[in-house]
Amino acid sequence: MAKSEAVDVLFDPLWNNNPITLQVLGICSALAVTTQMATTLVMCLAVIFVISSSNTAVSLVRRQIPSSIRIIVQMTIIASLVILVDQFLRAYLFDISRQLSVFVGLIITNCIVMGRAEGYAMSHGPLLSFLDGIGNGLGYSMILVVVGFIRELLGSGKVLGHVVLPLASEGGWYVPNGLMLTPPSAFFIIGLFIWALRTWKTDQIGKS
Amino acid sequence: MLEHHLSLFFTAIFEENLALAFFLGMCTFLALSKNVKTAAGLGIAVIVIQTITVPVNSVIYNYFLKENALNWTGIYALQGTDLRFLGLISYIGTIAAMVQILEMTLDRFFPPLYNALGIFLPLITVNCAILGGTLFMVERDYTPLEALNYGFSGGLGWALAICALAGVREKLKYSDIPAGLQGLGITFITVGLMAMAFMAFAGIDI
Repeated sequence: MAKSEAVDVLFDPLWNNNPITLQVLGICSALAVTTQMATTLVMCLAVIFVISSSNTAVSLVRRQIPSSIRIIVQMTIIASLVILVDQFLRAYLFDISRQLSVFVGLIITNCIVMGRAEGYAMSHGPLLSFLDGIGNGLGYSMILVVVGFIRELLGSGKVLGHVVLPLASEGGWYVPNGLMLTPPSAFFIIGLFIWALRTWKTDQIGKS
Repeated sequence: MLEHHLSLFFTAIFEENLALAFFLGMCTFLALSKNVKTAAGLGIAVIVIQTITVPVNSVIYNYFLKENALNWTGIYALQGTDLRFLGLISYIGTIAAMVQILEMTLDRFFPPLYNALGIFLPLITVNCAILGGTLFMVERDYTPLEALNYGFSGGLGWALAICALAGVREKLKYSDIPAGLQGLGITFITVGLMAMAFMAFAGIDI
């Protein structure tokens, strides 16, 4: 395996083939968790873990799976991994797991995980599949972290719980933008993000 | 009782719309909302599946998985068992099985409806709105009857949202949009505006 191929597999999903902005996958569970950076980061780690492990696992058994039941097998692998993550969060990060509520479980139906298992891991070796999983997980995380950063900073004047813009109600000067804490703001930020990305990389225009 | 169910019904459709307030089913929501006809077909499929799977999963949760749920069997070894960790895998299994059964039933007894919904049914297994509906039902501890109501109204809300978006996007084709914003970008912003409109229903009590 050439080194450059591995690098491509790892970094392509960040800018050139981002799962969220270009392939329109995995938006479902992405946006609701981005009101705070802390929950966003936990969600990103969970997705990176699930996607890279499921890719590796599917890739390892890809020659043994009969193609007629492959979706069920993939689903079972993914669901088991998500149960692991869910139980882990409940045990060690209970508060964050309460805030993420149903969205940890929804990683199962996150189309990125399923899409990479079916589209990449079924036809490539375990190591490349693992890197592909990490790369796509990072591409997803990048968008989430940007959205989470903007929403927490403008919505409550904090980053990761530390006060950055002192609120007017607490003797500071910043009047928080309440819209940033509501669902519509996430749509606007992603819309504008896509606009910026496509102005930079014009070949992505109108593909979807 | 009736008031409680009515309030649950309208909250699920407007205030807590699965698509616009919880971002569920977004992938299909964005990909298949280019024209109203497709959107309506998908919307109906979601309502049907949601109305079936949420109550079925509710029964599974209440009588098999919940703590002490197996006490009704009367078998001593099963008293006080807590199988909630099996939740996710049982729900997704139920959903996949229900979709398959519905597909076969429609194919056998209602061919016109099967042809109309055909391609959307398998897609729906991995629609987050379906699993999301079930997970909210579990989190809020609905009874099977409430679950039936929630499944139907949640699906209806989702269908309403996708039809509305498809209508807007059909008109949007004739608009002059900056190159980088065309396609996905403007769709996101449209959905954002729609979500704001739906938020205006918040706080309405029936």
